[in-house]
Amino acid sequence: MFDVVARNLYFLMGGFLVTLQLTAFALGGGIILGMLVGLGRISRNAYVYQPVTLYVNFIRNVPLILVIFWFYFVMPIIIGRPLDPFPSAVISFIIFEATYFGEIFRAGYQSISRDLINAAYSTGLTYGQTARFILIPIAFRRMLPSMITQSIVTFQDTSLAFVIGLREFVRRTSIVDNLEVRSIQLFGFVAVVFFIFCFTGSKISRHFEEKGRRANII
Amino acid sequence: MIEINGLSKWFGDFQVLTEINEVIRNGQTVVICGPSGSGKSTLLRCVNGLEPYQKGEILVDGSSLSDPKTNLYQLRRKIGMVFQRFELYPHMTVLRNICLAPLKVLKKSRREAEQKAMELLVRVGIPEKAQEYPANLSGGQQQRVAIARSLAMEPDYMMFDEPTSALDPEMINEVLEVMIDLAKEGMTMLVVTHEMGFAREVADEIIFMDEGRIIERGTGQDFFAHPKSERTKRFLSQILA
Repeated sequence: MFDVVARNLYFLMGGFLVTLQLTAFALGGGIILGMLVGLGRISRNAYVYQPVTLYVNFIRNVPLILVIFWFYFVMPIIIGRPLDPFPSAVISFIIFEATYFGEIFRAGYQSISRDLINAAYSTGLTYGQTARFILIPIAFRRMLPSMITQSIVTFQDTSLAFVIGLREFVRRTSIVDNLEVRSIQLFGFVAVVFFIFCFTGSKISRHFEEKGRRANII
Repeated sequence: MIEINGLSKWFGDFQVLTEINEVIRNGQTVVICGPSGSGKSTLLRCVNGLEPYQKGEILVDGSSLSDPKTNLYQLRRKIGMVFQRFELYPHMTVLRNICLAPLKVLKKSRREAEQKAMELLVRVGIPEKAQEYPANLSGGQQQRVAIARSLAMEPDYMMFDEPTSALDPEMINEVLEVMIDLAKEGMTMLVVTHEMGFAREVADEIIFMDEGRIIERGTGQDFFAHPKSERTKRFLSQILA
């Protein structure tokens, strides 16, 4: 029954590889830019805080598919030549995911009580030492479950890049389907692959959450 | 010696401290009491430079906290602080909580730091908890660890910000006993508390604060026997009832 999948496995898995690559770039860039966004969101300087907040609020209230579309169609007008779908998708995802990771970082930082930091200072630790030994380790453990969850969401969302013609997992499946006309088997296979990855991810996230809760850190 | 001269502090438009004057001599224990929101905790935070102030002066061993040349990080090593909610580092064992600053700030060797930490844990009565995480300790035990963590820096001064008010009643004494021992050994202490038994036993001076001002001050016996202002009388009758 799934012979259609077996016949086209190599081609389909090539698409899955593109999906994984896009996810990796989106997460790498999204987390790094997200750290800066998070810092901007806790900044007391209005010239930093206001623009960053505007960016976060705007992007978080727009569907991802629009960001992907806009970027793909607007960039050629700005830079004067068309972008390949892959780099275009990567940049759109980084812009989009950074706002979500930024909010996770902001919440993690703000979850640490002022007096815990004061306690560290009162023993003579410097700002840098307090950040390194107290703030970052605790915030990281608190943020880890949401970061894993957001990574799963990103992984699922990468399939939206098919709208600009990126030949990722879903797009390639649809190409095979046009030739073979076996939609249920083909898309069923895609669903199973996504499910296995995401379910495992959510279990890992759950594990870290329980662990943090047991240690009374979350 | 800690000298506070004409200290005033504002949060925005709101004045939290007004013209505070106080001298804490070495070896003295000064107890600050007063209703919540009277600026007691803010005063403590000003004394080790955790909060800035706008007017007046605080001198610790002669160096001014508002002088840009004063290194606040260095100064804080001399002043230990214990918080109402313990504020132990939740991701570290008791031993690591105590050793962190001696290792990173005083650059002690691990052996030296751990040996000192164990001595302090014996002193506060819970050496068997060294490898536990704070979450597995009772409130009273956590607060004793917090005291040990401060003492590990071998401070000249200790400040306590309502150290027993987050504790269940049966745990208050185990913390107070540690504090009484410290005071009797000659530690210079500034203590915000409503534990009047403690104040009676060890305080060289008791200060009553309300709305950011020092309303009244007196020696232990005097303060309880003959409160001068109406507000002090009312406050004492409420907390002693």
